[in-house]
Amino acid sequence: MATETRVDRKTSKLSLAYILVAFTAFGLAAICGVLQGMDRGGAVTMPTWLGYYQILTAHGVLMGLVFTTFFIVGFLFAGIARTTGGSLTPAGARMGWIGYWLMVIGTAMDVVTILTNNATVLYTFYAPMKASPYFYIGATLLIVGSWVAGWGMFHCFQTWRKNNPGQRTPLIAFTAVATMVLWQLATLGVAAEALLQLIPWSFGWVDKINVVLSRTLFWFFGHPLVYFWLLPAYICWYTIMPKIVGGKVFSDAITRMVFVLFVLISTPIGFHHQLMEPGISEKWKFLHVGLTMAIALPSMITAFMLFATFESVGRAKGASGLFGWFKKLPWGDARFFSLFLAMLWFIPAGIGGIINASNQLNAVVHNTVWVTGHFHLTVGTAVAMTFFAISYWLIPHLTGRKLTKTANDIGKLQGVLWSIGMIFMSGSMHILGLLGGPRRTAGTTYGDDPTALSWMPLHKLTMIGGIILFIAAVIQVSLVFYLAFKAPKGEEEFPVGEVAEEAQETPRILERWKIWVTLAVVLILIGYGIPITDMIQNPPPGVEGIRTW
Amino acid sequence: MHIHRFEKIWLIIGGAIVVIFIVSLFISTFAMGMQPPSIRETIDPKVVDQTPPFDKPGLKQIGDKRYEADMTAFVFGYGPAQMEVPAGSTVTFRVTSKDVVHGFEIPGTDVNLMAVPGLVNEATQTFNKPGEYLILCNEYCGAGHQLMSAKLIVK
Ligand code: HEM
Ligand SMILES: [Cu+2]
Ligand SMILES: [Cu+2]
Repeated sequence: MATETRVDRKTSKLSLAYILVAFTAFGLAAICGVLQGMDRGGAVTMPTWLGYYQILTAHGVLMGLVFTTFFIVGFLFAGIARTTGGSLTPAGARMGWIGYWLMVIGTAMDVVTILTNNATVLYTFYAPMKASPYFYIGATLLIVGSWVAGWGMFHCFQTWRKNNPGQRTPLIAFTAVATMVLWQLATLGVAAEALLQLIPWSFGWVDKINVVLSRTLFWFFGHPLVYFWLLPAYICWYTIMPKIVGGKVFSDAITRMVFVLFVLISTPIGFHHQLMEPGISEKWKFLHVGLTMAIALPSMITAFMLFATFESVGRAKGASGLFGWFKKLPWGDARFFSLFLAMLWFIPAGIGGIINASNQLNAVVHNTVWVTGHFHLTVGTAVAMTFFAISYWLIPHLTGRKLTKTANDIGKLQGVLWSIGMIFMSGSMHILGLLGGPRRTAGTTYGDDPTALSWMPLHKLTMIGGIILFIAAVIQVSLVFYLAFKAPKGEEEFPVGEVAEEAQETPRILERWKIWVTLAVVLILIGYGIPITDMIQNPPPGVEGIRTW
Repeated sequence: MHIHRFEKIWLIIGGAIVVIFIVSLFISTFAMGMQPPSIRETIDPKVVDQTPPFDKPGLKQIGDKRYEADMTAFVFGYGPAQMEVPAGSTVTFRVTSKDVVHGFEIPGTDVNLMAVPGLVNEATQTFNKPGEYLILCNEYCGAGHQLMSAKLIVK
């Protein structure tokens, strides 16, 4: 057997550096998470020197922004190197390190401002709550760092294309570029908010802020952010999972089409987060909700492709009957087992998303803890568990070690515990939300109000789920550091699926990024151009900043 | 581009579901008038206490069993903190904030608003069942966010 391309040492160091920061942030955030669950469940009351909202800010920033972004950038660099000959271009690698340090500095600024209680504004930092300017600068550096890393990836991709004229680009490299293109477009909103509004205002150079505009710019970014989390998981499901289960990538063309669709329609839909607020006309809200529904389509295609892959693998291995293929999947392999659980969780998660985005149903769930339950299924389970499953082979591949049998079994145990924890935590959050329980709220009974008291049993279930999740998180972090530094030396493959022979030639147009980026910008201008112009030209009265914590 | 036959069927079903969603969205929004709250009435948050009707927050009867509740949200409470209406009343809540962004939610009803400084927001609800309704803040607004509530008593 020909030896497979492996990620070279230089890229391995870079990728590992990102991934270790990611899991360190994840571990710290998990401690905050379990404390939050216990505070809500009434088991602990946070001391005055460490408030509930302070750790909630830390949890949201470390999980939602730091863990995800660092892991994604590290994983994509490794994936690009693996499929473009084993190494990054020197310029690409240099930008990778510059991005890394910018992101580390940004993260450190945010952690310090949060720990000193100068930025208890949650990871959405809604104005006019005014945090320390260094918190906003930190968040900006985190984003700018990820831009630089993304430019490094674009450089590697372009160089490969130049050196391999007329050839189809490697699928993982293509999907990685799609992810970073989406990210660069999406973050324009929050970068504008931070640079033009929040930073000058928090330094006191201007005294008032246009609140509606700041919220709109935030959600311009806030929704595509979730697709930035999701697409790397999709990369794994589409291009890596087939190799792990012993099959082929079902269709190269459709895979590329799905990623292009996400780049096109993930940004102009952010108003569905602002359905319950004044100052935005119902017509624009309607347009965004309609487009949100359209994004269900690439997800439906994904569901088809995954099951088609499973079934063709099973049949190739001699399965019979409608569901015989199910037994033929590699259940003993943690790299697959956790991945499968992640995909399974994405089904209820996606259905919940359609409910959230609905014009009218949103009134029932808006800002209730249902929403928290929903995103713990999407990013907290479907995405995070995919990242866990990737870590089981990527980290040993990068460090030249082996995933031992015991580590494999512990990985599967982790998957089971995480799922059980989420059934309790996310399940109870969903029900509690339907009853009206608010999100982002410390333990309270509103002065023993009977309605709020009746919610207590559900809070207790949330807490139990949170404790199980915390145990699973400890296992995951231990496994990561074991695989990075202690596991026996050896070789672990970086699995890359081949495209099925029957699959047809991919239309060249799918690789023409200029066309897709232009189209995406046009759609953004349609979805946001007029409302944002209107918010700037006819602003509501400006609002002064205030510190309420 | 070649598309697998089963995939075509699946795409048609998926596409049809999306179309059904969008059509029902259209009908409920434009034919049944179930619009999200979207008014664009502005108010200077610094002078809410001097601006009618929010200078005297509270209930005003505007018709037979119809009320308007003009309410302010602030850290960490609502003005007024308690109101009373007879069963069967229809109440239009008009809410604005004096400082940061707050929520305005009545569990068990469809009332769920963002109270944004600088703007007024609005929702209408009929209360047939007598009882005590909790009004709570569901948008993080600071250290006392979990204390922020009011009551509507339906007699
Ligand atoms: C040990 C596992 C975890 C536990 C116990 C946990 C628990 C919680 C709890 C109790 C809340 C606060 C609910 C509220 O007051 O509204 C929360 C919020 C949140 N969690 Fe987690 N969580 C965990 C893992 C994750 C993961 C893996 C992610 C994402 C990658 C995540 C992302 C978030 C975010 C973004 C928030 C929202 C913060 C906000 O509303 O400002 N969590 N979590
Ligand atoms: Cu409030
Ligand atoms: Cu609040």
